[in-house]
Amino acid sequence: MPTVSSKRRLTAGAALVVAALVTTTACGGGDGDGDGDGKGAGYNAALNKVANPSKKAGGTLRMVGKQDLDSADPQRAYYGMSWDFMRFYTRQLVSYDTKAGKAGTKLVPDLAEANGKISDGGKTYTYTLRDGVTWEDGSPLTSKDVKYGIERIWATDTITGGPQYLMKALDPKGEYKGPYKDSSKDKLGLKAIETPDDKTIIFKLPKPNGDFEQFLAMPSGSPVKAAKDTKAKYTQRPFSAGPYKFSQYKPGKKIVLVRNDKWKKASDPIRAALPDKVDVTISANLEENDKRLMAGDYDVDLNGTGMTQSGRVTAIQDHRDSIDNMHTSFVRYVALIHTAKPFDNVHCRKAVFYGTDFAALQQTRGGKLAAGDIANSTFPKAIPGYSDYDPYGLLKREGKPDPAKAKDELKKCGKPDGFSAKITARNNNPGEEDTAEALQAQLKKVNINLSVETLDGADSSSITGSPSVVKKRGYSMQMSGWGPDFPSGQGYAQPLFDSRFLAETGNYNESQIKDKKIDGLFDQAIAETDPVKAGEIYKKLDKRILDQADWMPFLYEKNITWRGPRLTNAYMSDAFNGRYDYVSLGINEKK
Amino acid sequence: MKKVEGRSLKQIAWNRLKRDKVALAGGITVLVLVLVAVFAPLIVSVLGHPPNDFHQDKLDPLTNLPTGSLGGVSSDFLFGVEPNKGRDVFSRIVYGARISLLVAFLAAVVAVVLGTLFGIIAGYFGGWVDALISRVMDVLLSFPQLLFIISLVSVLPDDLLGLQGTSVRVAILILVIGFFGWPYVGRIVRGQTLSLREREYVEAARSLGGGRRHILFKELLPNLVAPITVYATLMIPTNILTEAALSFLGAGVKPPTASWGGMLRDALETYEHDPMFMVFPGVTIFITVLAFNLFGDGLRDALDPKGTR
Repeated sequence: MPTVSSKRRLTAGAALVVAALVTTTACGGGDGDGDGDGKGAGYNAALNKVANPSKKAGGTLRMVGKQDLDSADPQRAYYGMSWDFMRFYTRQLVSYDTKAGKAGTKLVPDLAEANGKISDGGKTYTYTLRDGVTWEDGSPLTSKDVKYGIERIWATDTITGGPQYLMKALDPKGEYKGPYKDSSKDKLGLKAIETPDDKTIIFKLPKPNGDFEQFLAMPSGSPVKAAKDTKAKYTQRPFSAGPYKFSQYKPGKKIVLVRNDKWKKASDPIRAALPDKVDVTISANLEENDKRLMAGDYDVDLNGTGMTQSGRVTAIQDHRDSIDNMHTSFVRYVALIHTAKPFDNVHCRKAVFYGTDFAALQQTRGGKLAAGDIANSTFPKAIPGYSDYDPYGLLKREGKPDPAKAKDELKKCGKPDGFSAKITARNNNPGEEDTAEALQAQLKKVNINLSVETLDGADSSSITGSPSVVKKRGYSMQMSGWGPDFPSGQGYAQPLFDSRFLAETGNYNESQIKDKKIDGLFDQAIAETDPVKAGEIYKKLDKRILDQADWMPFLYEKNITWRGPRLTNAYMSDAFNGRYDYVSLGINEKK
Repeated sequence: MKKVEGRSLKQIAWNRLKRDKVALAGGITVLVLVLVAVFAPLIVSVLGHPPNDFHQDKLDPLTNLPTGSLGGVSSDFLFGVEPNKGRDVFSRIVYGARISLLVAFLAAVVAVVLGTLFGIIAGYFGGWVDALISRVMDVLLSFPQLLFIISLVSVLPDDLLGLQGTSVRVAILILVIGFFGWPYVGRIVRGQTLSLREREYVEAARSLGGGRRHILFKELLPNLVAPITVYATLMIPTNILTEAALSFLGAGVKPPTASWGGMLRDALETYEHDPMFMVFPGVTIFITVLAFNLFGDGLRDALDPKGTR
C-alpha cells in the first residue's frame, strides 16, 4: 500500500524535524564558558585608562577578524582597523600618541625629531628625521623614502583605495602624475615636497590647511623604499620600517608578523612592541569568532566592530571582567534628502526630528551599552565641533518624541495629513534594518508613512552614494553610519555636508545639502591653524545644520568589545575610533 | 432490509474521508488556520496587541532579550515578545498566517488553472502541440526557481500594476510561485488526459458529433477534478514552505508585515539566548505543512477508486 508507506515516511520526517529543532535549542546554552583560569581586568578597565599595564615582552598576540585589511599597502588602506594595525610595520613623520582615550589623538613626533616647524603663514612644514631610523634590511630610512612613499598617492591608477588628502592639499590641480610616470631620474619630481638632504623634508602647501599634520599621520604618509616598491603588488609584502615585519600574508586568511630585529627601540619613543609575534586569523563567521574569543583561542578582534548580539549576551552575563564598552566616534544617522519632496521643506524635515523616538531607536540597536548614547549634535563627542546644542529638546525629553510639535511642523509644511517616504537600510549592518523598522513604527504615529528598502550594503556607494540612482528609485531618507577619517571637523564633516563634495558616485553628502553658508564655514575652519578656534567655527556649522534640520543624527555609537584576559597594556584610543591601540598590546602568557 | 441505493463518487469519497481520522484531524487544523487568518484582526484585538507595535519595556535593557521565561511568555503576551523590538509574537504569527495562506492558496490556484489548461491541451491534441508544451514544462521544472525568484524580487520596482508596498510583493510571490508550479499539475493532467481520451465514453461523445470544446470541458475535465483537487491540496504546503524560504532569505514581503519565514530569519541572531522566538514560528510552519499533507493524503485515498479502504 503505497499511500500508507508515504504517510509513515512523512511522520518519520516530521519527528526528525522536531528532534532537530529541539537539539538546536538545547545545545545553545552551554557554550562559551570554557575558560576558568583567565579572569579579565574588570569591566571597562581599558576605558580612558590602561588595563594590565606591563612592560614585559614576549608571547604571541592572536587576533581574529571577520574582514581582512582592505590593503596592507600603507598608501592604499582606508579602513580604520587597517590604520591601527599598520603601526606594527609602518612609521610616519608624526603619529598618534600611545595614550588612552582622548589623549591618544595628540600628534607626537615619530620618524621626525619634533612636530612640524610651521612657517610662511601656515604654508610650509619642515621636519628633521631622527637618528637611527632604518628599514627591515638595516638600510637607513631617508627623507627621500618619505617623499617617495607620499608620491605614490598620486599614482591613482595603480595605488587605489587610500585617502587622497595629501594629494589635494599639496597639489590641488593634479599637476604631478605620480612616481611611475615620473621622468626625473630619482622619481622624485613632486615640486611641493623638497628634500635638501637625507634628514630634512619640507612640505610647501599652496594654501594653509590646519589639519595638514593629521594627513601626514595617516598611513598614506608612510615612507616606501623605491627599490622595494612592487607597485600594485606591494600589499602582498610591504617592506617594514616598524618593530614587526611580514613573515606570512595570505589575503583573506592569515597574517603573521614577526619581530624586525633592525628596528631599534631607541629610535622609536611611541611603539611598545611587546609580543614576539602577531598572528591574525581571518574568519567570516562572526558568532564563531566571538565564541572562540571567549574560549581564549584569540585575544582580540582585529575589526573592532563589537560583539554580535549572542556573543554580547554571553559576555555580559558570564565574562563581565573581560569586556569594554567601547566609545567610538561613529555617528548613526538618517539623511533627509533635500531633492526628494517634501524634504525640500525645512518644516517637513523638522517633523521627522520631532516624531522620532530616539530612545526606542537606541533600545532597538541594543540599549545604552551596546548601541550608544542618544545624539543631539551632528558631531561626535570626540571631535571639535560637538556641543550640547539641542534645538529639538530631545535630550530634555530623554529621546522621547514630541508628536504635537511634529504635527505642528507638518501643518507648517503644508502636509497636515502627513506624507509617505522611502527609507533605505543596509542588510550587512547588524541592526540597521531593525532600526529602520522601529523608525517606521514611530513616524507612523504622526502620519509619516515610511516604506523600508533594504539594500545590499556592499553596493551602497553606487546606490545611496549616487544622487541620480537615489532620484530614480525615489528614496527620500537614508539610514547609515559615519566615522571620521581623522579626528578633526574637516576629517569628519566635510564629506557629509559640503556641497562641493557632492559626487555622482561614492557620494556621502547624502542629504544633498547645498548651502553656501556651510561651505563658507568649512573654508574658514580649515584655514584656521588653531584647533580651538577651528572648533568654535565647527560649532557654528553644527548649529546651522541642526537649525535647518538637514541631517538627523540619532546615536553616538558604542560597542561591547572583548578584551582577552591575556592582554596587557590594553586601552582604547580615540585616534582609532575607540579600538584598542594594537601597537601597545602585550601578552601575559601565564594566563 | 436495507434499501439498496446507488451512491455517487462524491458520497463514496466523503464516507471514506470521514472514516480516516488522521486526514480529518488535518482537515480540521487547516480549517482552524484559515479561520485564524480570516479573523486575524479580531483575534489579535482580543488576545494580543497590534502586530507592528513595539513593546520595548518588556525587554531587558542590557541584553535586549525578553524578560521572563520562555521568551517573555505571559498572559498578556501569549507567545512572548521579539528580542530587540518587543513586538507581540502571537499577533505576528496570527497575521503571518494571512500572508502564508494567501500566497499558498492563490499560487496553487494559478498553478492549477495554468496546469489544467496546458495539460489537457497537450494530452488531447498530442503531436507537435504536446511536444512543445511538454518541453516548456521540462524547462520550467529544471529551472532554479528559488534563485530566479530572489533576483526577480530585487529587480522589480515597488509600484507595479497599480499596487503598492506589501501587495506588490504578495502579488509577485503568488504569480511567480504559481508560474513555476503549473508544470507539476500540467504533467499529471496530461497523463490522465492521454489515457482518458481513448475511453469509450469519449469515443461515444465524439461519434455523436461532440465538438472539441464539449469533449475537453464537458467530458474530460469532470473526470480530472479528483486528481487535480488532490494535487492542489498537496501543493499548498509546498507553497507555504517556498514562501517561508523566500521570506527567510529576505525576498518575501517587506517589513513590517509579519511573515513566518521572516520571523525565523529574525530569530537566527538570538536563537542561543532566546530559542522560543524561533520555536513558535517554526512549530507553526511545521503544524501547518503537516496538516495540509495529512489532509491531502487522506483526500487522495478517499478519491482513489482503486483504494482498498
